[in-house]
Amino acid sequence: VIPDIYYLTLSAVLFTLGIVGVVIRRNPLVIFMSIELALNAANLALVAFSQRSGSPEGQTLVLFVMAVAAAEVAVGLAIIVAIFRVRHRLNIDDLSLMRW
Amino acid sequence: MALAAFVVIATVAVASALGLILRRNPVHGALFLVVNLGSIAALYLMMGYEFLAFAQIIVYAGAIMVLFLFAIFVLIPGKEETGPDPLRTWRLLAAPLGAMLLVELALVVAVRRTAPGPLAPAPSAQAGLALLFTDYLLPFELTSVLLLAGMVGVLLLARRRA
Repeated sequence: VIPDIYYLTLSAVLFTLGIVGVVIRRNPLVIFMSIELALNAANLALVAFSQRSGSPEGQTLVLFVMAVAAAEVAVGLAIIVAIFRVRHRLNIDDLSLMRW
Repeated sequence: MALAAFVVIATVAVASALGLILRRNPVHGALFLVVNLGSIAALYLMMGYEFLAFAQIIVYAGAIMVLFLFAIFVLIPGKEETGPDPLRTWRLLAAPLGAMLLVELALVVAVRRTAPGPLAPAPSAQAGLALLFTDYLLPFELTSVLLLAGMVGVLLLARRRA
């Protein structure tokens, strides 16, 4: 059996890569996919903690995260498509209307 | 044996994550993300959570990534992210800041509680699912409301202005 610290380390690495992807990319679709990557890393950590602590609630939470992620992706992609209809470009730096 | 399998799967996962954030073409990124989600499903299988593994493949690698590919094909007429990056100097900060984040997460993982070995026997794969219909029945039902709200919201957003 693999010690849970391995899973947690992998989860930390994947989460960091996801956040770095959010920061360095300019295409909102790729940024969105990087967010999915980070969400999945969190799921992996939840499962690893569930396995370690012996409480099954981590698995339940992962199922909820999946359902919320499905809804989030649908709405998020619809928003990106709506933005593209208005601007005809896909660059996250153009979207500065709500920036302070 | 299990350790070797873990190392292989973890390498695939990290490499595909790097592919996602470094390749310019978003279609390649989406395919790399499919590989990444599949490798995490393989890890769930290794831990003995078959249902989670297949839910991961069906929901994430199946439904969500198909949605992403549809959006990419609708939105991207050609190559994306070409031309000079006006904020390049700022984006270079991502490397040290990402390293800091990784160190912080590693510290959290390293200095957590010191009890050696598992505290309790690992829960069975069914235990987490049974909770959905007992303790977490209300959140489970609310999930359906959330999905319905998401669907209605998408219809509203995708409607063309008359």
